[in-house]
Amino acid sequence: MTAVTAGTAGTTGVPGASDTAAAAEQAAYEAVFDAAVAADERIEPRDWMPEAYRASLVRQIAQHAHSEIIGMQPEANWITRAPSLRRKAILMAKVQDEAGHGLYLYSAAETLGTSRDELLDKLHSGRQKYSSIFNYPTLTWADVGAIGWLVDGAAITNQVPLCRCSYGPYARAMVRVCKEESFHQRQGYEALLALSRGTEAQHAMAQDAVDRWWWPSLMMFGPPDDESTHTAQAMAWKIKRHSNDELRQRFVDIAVPQAEALGLTLPDPDLRWNEERGHYDFGPIDWTEFWDVLKGNGPCNDQRLSKRRQAHEDGAWVREAAAAYADKHTGKHGEAQA
Amino acid sequence: MTGTTDTLTAAAALALGDDALVLSHRLGEWAGSAPVLEEEVALANIALDLLGQARVLLSLVGDEDELAYLREERSFRNSQLVEQPNGDFAHTIARQLYFSTYQRLLYGRLASGDGPFAGLAAKAVKEVAYHQDHAEHWTLRLGDGTPESHQRMQRACDALWRYTGELFQPVDGLDLDLPALETAWLDSVTGVLGRATLTVPSGPRTGAWSAGAGRQGLHTESFGRMLAEMQHLHRSHPGATW
Repeated sequence: MTAVTAGTAGTTGVPGASDTAAAAEQAAYEAVFDAAVAADERIEPRDWMPEAYRASLVRQIAQHAHSEIIGMQPEANWITRAPSLRRKAILMAKVQDEAGHGLYLYSAAETLGTSRDELLDKLHSGRQKYSSIFNYPTLTWADVGAIGWLVDGAAITNQVPLCRCSYGPYARAMVRVCKEESFHQRQGYEALLALSRGTEAQHAMAQDAVDRWWWPSLMMFGPPDDESTHTAQAMAWKIKRHSNDELRQRFVDIAVPQAEALGLTLPDPDLRWNEERGHYDFGPIDWTEFWDVLKGNGPCNDQRLSKRRQAHEDGAWVREAAAAYADKHTGKHGEAQA
Repeated sequence: MTGTTDTLTAAAALALGDDALVLSHRLGEWAGSAPVLEEEVALANIALDLLGQARVLLSLVGDEDELAYLREERSFRNSQLVEQPNGDFAHTIARQLYFSTYQRLLYGRLASGDGPFAGLAAKAVKEVAYHQDHAEHWTLRLGDGTPESHQRMQRACDALWRYTGELFQPVDGLDLDLPALETAWLDSVTGVLGRATLTVPSGPRTGAWSAGAGRQGLHTESFGRMLAEMQHLHRSHPGATW
């Protein structure tokens, strides 16, 4: 979309313009924006966009970026204890990719006029959230496999439609992220398969992990449609393409046969194929737990945020040193930041 | 290869492989705690390169997992430098500067020869050149950054200096001109420290025990604890595959 750029849109409300003229101009921009969205065109950083669209994207992309960064912790917890060198290499590569995904996503958010520092500040002060799934602990090695299979699986189900999101930079970041996530998901599945087919103790470890991660993974799709505050608007703007419940159902339908192939069970007595619907029916989600975790009362909320803040605070002198060095040696530090 | 060459090659592969394995593990401890996101990526990247080198080297000797997870402290042949705890970011960077400079020179020489490590070294030297570049740039930024970073970097360089002599002790199976390697190392490190406005440490580069100690399986106290964490799960499930 190139019809209206920020250069012209930025003049909306110039002093002296009459209210009616400004309103007419605003309406014209909105019409162009709405038409672009309706035609499945991509909105780009310099295009005019409604403030609420911008704010909604910043919120969603930032939360997504924060999830990548906080999501490094539960897995990094097992890097030093990975049981084989091959698994250790795979896990290190995965955690490295997550940091990379965080970087793409912060960059995508920055195209909307915010900055990484500002977003990190909001994360550290609790004003912006991250995915509630990362507030659960990784208690055994099998949790690393379960996260790969279920958590990454749920993330991919959520993110693949975002590759067609109306905002260009976010959609393009998602294409890259999804490729890497799919790879991680297969590796997680394969790690669980090795455990499931291993010794009795390994099989039990895998089953226990799946039992603990199944429900939190279903909660990753967010509240049910009738309680989701952002869904309707996000769908109208084509930021989201499917509702929470649709994506959750899609994930269950994919995961059930995978669990069977793994030789593991899912912890839901109500789970069964519904011939009529052509979908799996599944039991009720404990939304009390979901809201509790979201409000900060999950098993690891404090730990995750404290560790993130600590890393940031401990690193302050390093960032200051880099800035001071750049100032001294190029004198262009300020320009580079501008 | 004759039987003798096999043994010698294995001894050298174990020394170099353990260096890479142990340093990779230490860098892996940084995951989630780096000062900026870019460093999460960089440190994990270096750790992965080193782990890749370790796997190739250990596989020349035997089963990589048996060697990594079932040997005890006294059987590890890594230099004491690489097992040193991470400390603050300056400490980690000083360790990286000392070690990557050594590794780049070492692999450069091995790659240009026709010995058993020439192939591995030719690939590894490219990775190690990146590691050295990363360490040098951070040494400059920290040394010539703020008064605090300067002080921290100087302290780290001083503290680790005593472990650098060991890198140039003879290793069975490595036929190298060690004095020349050591001179080149000193030149390189001295140059970087100078540009970083840091003072070249004046203390000894070896201690009563440290000359070649790690290569003989004599390690520092933190190493046993590192192995306990690294090996615990593998040892808890004897015979399992992962």
